[in-house]
Amino acid sequence: MTMRWFYYAAPQTFYGLAGRLWPWLAAIAFALTLAGLWIGFALAPADAQQGEGYRIIFVHVPASWMSMVIYLAMAFWSVLGLTFNTRLSGMMTRALAPTGAMFAFLSLWTGALWGKPMWGTWWVWDARLTSELILFFLYLGYIALTSAIDDVRRADRAGALIAIVGAINVPIIYFSVKWWNTLHQGASVSLTRSPSMAQLMLWGMLLMALAMWAYTLAIVCYRVRTLIIERERHTDWVQALAEVAGANA
Amino acid sequence: MRWETWSDFWLMGGYGLYVWGSMGMTAVLLFLEMVQAHLAHRRALALARAEKALENP
Repeated sequence: MTMRWFYYAAPQTFYGLAGRLWPWLAAIAFALTLAGLWIGFALAPADAQQGEGYRIIFVHVPASWMSMVIYLAMAFWSVLGLTFNTRLSGMMTRALAPTGAMFAFLSLWTGALWGKPMWGTWWVWDARLTSELILFFLYLGYIALTSAIDDVRRADRAGALIAIVGAINVPIIYFSVKWWNTLHQGASVSLTRSPSMAQLMLWGMLLMALAMWAYTLAIVCYRVRTLIIERERHTDWVQALAEVAGANA
Repeated sequence: MRWETWSDFWLMGGYGLYVWGSMGMTAVLLFLEMVQAHLAHRRALALARAEKALENP
């Protein structure tokens, strides 16, 4: 079993695996997005308090979840990378970062567009919003730091430190609405009590969340292949690949 | 279907700017990320081809 994991952790093996996976994941993401948007915009009723304005939830909550999950995934790969010194770990962390940054930005953007009509303000410096902004800056810091260091392995190790230390911020974001007084509402979905949402609204939101999971897995599989080729382009196996050796440009 | 007309749909009960501003930004960024990833992949393949040409002239 252990041997198997290290087998897939070899960039050469993972290149092929990721190449077979990403088209399926992309197709699943597309189908789930269509289903989620249909439920969210065609079937789900208006909200009793917020009218049609609540429909921002169908991107806001999934994007916010992904921004946190992706950062934890980066921290996970970074721990593996620092512990086992595997080449793939650094590449996985780097492949995750742009998508995480995008979801953190979308969380802030859609949150501002939701805050304006409902709270009367685009932004407040409260615990939830500020900690999410810090998450966005952590992503930017990770990307800036890793791209500023020329030696990729050193860059990976420096980035791994940001990813691991910054992960402390993720539970702070998640629990901020419980720990501090905030304008932001509490969790709409929790594992310990039944959701405070109508069934169709909940299904629309969960389908969109699954769609964004599938999208993230697809784009990370895609991007990690780019990184593998960039870093291993001098090796025989990369030069023997049909997409490198072939005449098609 | 919850909407009588398309203009009802776009108006979103007066929240159109906020709802479509959120959906629109999400769609634009996802699209740009996919285009960027695709271009980066092509660039990496071109680099690998150049490397191969250098080594086996």
